[in-house]
Amino acid sequence: MPHVPDVAVVGAGPAGLAAAVQAAEAGLGVALIDTAGQPGGQYWRHYDENHARPNDPAGHHGWPAFTRLRDRMYALRAAGRIRYLPGHQAWLITREESGAFTLQMTATTAAAGGTDRTLSARALILCPGGYDRQLPLPGWDLPGVMTAGGVQALLKGHRTPAGRRVVVAGTGPFLLPVATGLARAGVTVAAVVEANGTLGWLRHPVGAISAPGKGVEALQYAALMARHRIPYRTRTVIREILGTDRVEAVRIARVDRDGRPAGPDEEMAADVVALGWGFTPSLELPLMLGAETAQDVDGSLVVTVDDRQRSSVEGLYVAGEATGVGGAALAVHEGRLSALALAAELGRPADPAAMRRLRRAVRRGRRFAAAMHRTYPVPRAWPQWLSETTPVCRCEEVSYGDLRRAHDDLGAEDARTLKMFARPGMGWCQGRVCGFATAGIAACLHGRETTPEDLRSLATRSLAVPVPLGELAALAEGTTPAEATGTEWRGRDGD
Amino acid sequence: MTADLVVVGAGVVGAASAYFASLAGVRVVVVDRGAIAGGTSSAGEGNLLVSDKEAGPELDLALYSQRVWREELAEHAHLWEFEAKGGLVVAASEQSVASLRALAVQQRQGGVEVRDVTRTELRDYEPHLSPELVGGAFYPQDAQVQPMLVAAHLLRLARERGAQVRTRTEVTGFLRDGTRVTGVRTTDGDIPAGAVLNASGTWAGDLADLAGVRVPVLPRRGFVLVTQPMPPRTIRHKVYAAEYVGDVASSDAALQTSPVVEGTAGGTILIGASRERVGFDRTVSGTAIGTLAAKAIALFPILREVRAMRTYLGFRPYCPDHLPVIGPDPRAPDLWHACGHEGAGVGLSAGTGRLIAQAFVGERPDLDLTPFAPDRFGDAEEVLR
Amino acid sequence: MTHQMTFRGGTVAAEPGQSVAAALVAAGILDWRTTRKGGRPRGLFCGIGVCFDCLITVDGVPDQRACLVTAADGMRLGDDAETGAAPEDLGDGRNGGAARA
Repeated sequence: MPHVPDVAVVGAGPAGLAAAVQAAEAGLGVALIDTAGQPGGQYWRHYDENHARPNDPAGHHGWPAFTRLRDRMYALRAAGRIRYLPGHQAWLITREESGAFTLQMTATTAAAGGTDRTLSARALILCPGGYDRQLPLPGWDLPGVMTAGGVQALLKGHRTPAGRRVVVAGTGPFLLPVATGLARAGVTVAAVVEANGTLGWLRHPVGAISAPGKGVEALQYAALMARHRIPYRTRTVIREILGTDRVEAVRIARVDRDGRPAGPDEEMAADVVALGWGFTPSLELPLMLGAETAQDVDGSLVVTVDDRQRSSVEGLYVAGEATGVGGAALAVHEGRLSALALAAELGRPADPAAMRRLRRAVRRGRRFAAAMHRTYPVPRAWPQWLSETTPVCRCEEVSYGDLRRAHDDLGAEDARTLKMFARPGMGWCQGRVCGFATAGIAACLHGRETTPEDLRSLATRSLAVPVPLGELAALAEGTTPAEATGTEWRGRDGD
Repeated sequence: MTADLVVVGAGVVGAASAYFASLAGVRVVVVDRGAIAGGTSSAGEGNLLVSDKEAGPELDLALYSQRVWREELAEHAHLWEFEAKGGLVVAASEQSVASLRALAVQQRQGGVEVRDVTRTELRDYEPHLSPELVGGAFYPQDAQVQPMLVAAHLLRLARERGAQVRTRTEVTGFLRDGTRVTGVRTTDGDIPAGAVLNASGTWAGDLADLAGVRVPVLPRRGFVLVTQPMPPRTIRHKVYAAEYVGDVASSDAALQTSPVVEGTAGGTILIGASRERVGFDRTVSGTAIGTLAAKAIALFPILREVRAMRTYLGFRPYCPDHLPVIGPDPRAPDLWHACGHEGAGVGLSAGTGRLIAQAFVGERPDLDLTPFAPDRFGDAEEVLR
Repeated sequence: MTHQMTFRGGTVAAEPGQSVAAALVAAGILDWRTTRKGGRPRGLFCGIGVCFDCLITVDGVPDQRACLVTAADGMRLGDDAETGAAPEDLGDGRNGGAARA
């Protein structure tokens, strides 16, 4: 494999694995960078393969598809065609004048130790995936409240049930595998609390035709829900999570189509609450490179790509959730398509018929995803659920009241200005958790719709992950105190 | 309402000018093409410094501003996290300590409080400083504010006194009566006014162009690194390094960095500040932020393992002679300027705003504005464009 | 073989391959740090390295994401070895003036 790979693929989930394998099989030199210690991403998260047990894949959808991709990836790595860098996080990516990309990387955990720090590649396929979208609600900072994906990761990745009696709440079909997975592990699922109507997407003509396999999947989950006798409460939301030092119960209530309370409150005991409102794509890397973005049907910011997964930045391809939340099958199609398109671009053989098939599959998957997003929207009236003291930004402990005052008293009319005045999104996670909500609150406070700019101002991260200053300093080698203090007139930078 | 004064720019300088003018009974409309504090005001560290200034008009303005911050604005200081933390300038060689001492003598004559700091005393001020540093100077007057909150609260207070603030309103031209300025044209209609104040920061030159006068304000890019939240008082003062004291202010286009390290009310540590003349390029420069990190670690070795969470950049508005432009423009009667404060705009904003208000209502300003005259630049400066 | 880790003077067991956070949750421990402003308890939230709620000191290295660190035998978890705290003031007025008092 050449010293400078043809392509760096970031992310080893469904899109990234597919892209890396396809690119390597098309003859390109590939570097595959992934935050996790083993491939699979969030969707195919599984227990440490060094300590695998036969029933680890239980309940995993598309598991054979994963193991095939993984085995091909390992084979290509063994053949020297893929350089696989697990446990690496890219924290800065720059595009050089030559068109090549330079990635600065850091270890995911301090214990992981030795990592490659810098990597250059002629082209880049970003497959950064996504994570559970969150809406704040009273009590959501109590220990025992987790994201639905976090509960799933704990179970699938660490064989650990999050609690004994769980309420799964939010919206979307992903709540179902979380609930049934818990039930299968012997956890009592007190209820699945779904803000929208049930399984409406099955009746949505375009959606159902676009992905018939998905209909079967949904029926399987419905059967599992019934078998485990899990109450499925539709048009219902959690109004408040109760407890002093940890979750003790939830108050739920029926809501109308827009999420406005439409029934009496009801209390339900629980020790864990799993929350998910769809998914937020991870966009810091594409935004860092200046890729154009837009608002998707589900309200999330996504990278705009053409029918070859090309972004607005030359040489930058994006695949998977970052181009629009659509699930693993679509992500695999996009990953493969991006790799073939890049191979073609670089003059390698790329079967045009295969590319046509993939493009059709991507279009079909997008139509289905759009139908799902329309069926499971974030209820418009969600900011009404907040009280003055509800924390919105968990890192900086910024409450809804703080945001309201920043708007009403100080004139913060957009998400960026809210951030400047009240600090939501300024803490450790840099707005990953509260970004969507803060953008929505900014818009709601000012009586308008959320704009892509609101979302962009909380999704843009100058450093993709926190990085030790010592590693940053390595970008400018060997500075002594004398050099540090001795180069020039010291003034003129007062603020 | 018919405005007496349209202030163009809702950053710290525009906000301070609007506040003091409103306080003096002037009917003010503030317009900004973006949001409040959306430009350079949201890209700095919020320092109110006297330590980095040699005797001269800028130091006079800084000292005057200190008085305004601590007296006229004292009752509001908590709103913008005013902190009289003091500045510690550190030196790595005996030679530069000597230069520091020489500067201190000169600054004391100008009214600056300076305490000489010996090598052993350095660690009393900052326990985590590198032991390789040999001396320094402490400036108790140096202070810090949160500049976005300064702008927001000053505008709120101005609104309470009748001012209007119109964001997302871009000035597209001037209303004129002969050479006289009689208001502005905007994307949201004309705003007639008795006068117009150009407080457009780094973009002040463009606004002046619309009025047919030249004010040579240029952008000078700077990066600031922000660390993870740290325990309180890990770094207690504004700490920065000085060697070539007495060197001239550079107009070099190349990247220059000098470490400026300080804590914030939010718990993060800010590491500035680089300077480059690269126009309005917003690309993150690995070299610039890497150099900042390296130099900060050289001052505070404990920072090596501390993580940077983000970096931000801004464009300082600077004039060729490194002095701001403050006062009426004789070339276009009723056009006023308050711009070009380079990297000191937050600190100088309070004094600038008060002086503008005094001059505008016909009072004799507390400070002579002659050194800041808008028409002081000859056409020869054009070469810098 | 089950790993043994220490936390707040007690022992926490972990299966090989499990994360620090999973081991703590499995032991019924839901929070292991408090927030800077409100002193609120925090533990596992996103579980996948995104939210930084689950920060913990591991073997004296502060601010590690408990959800990402793989448990190991003998690991010391928690703040007993926290670094970065500033020494006490000297109280001689050199610490930045009255505004801090």
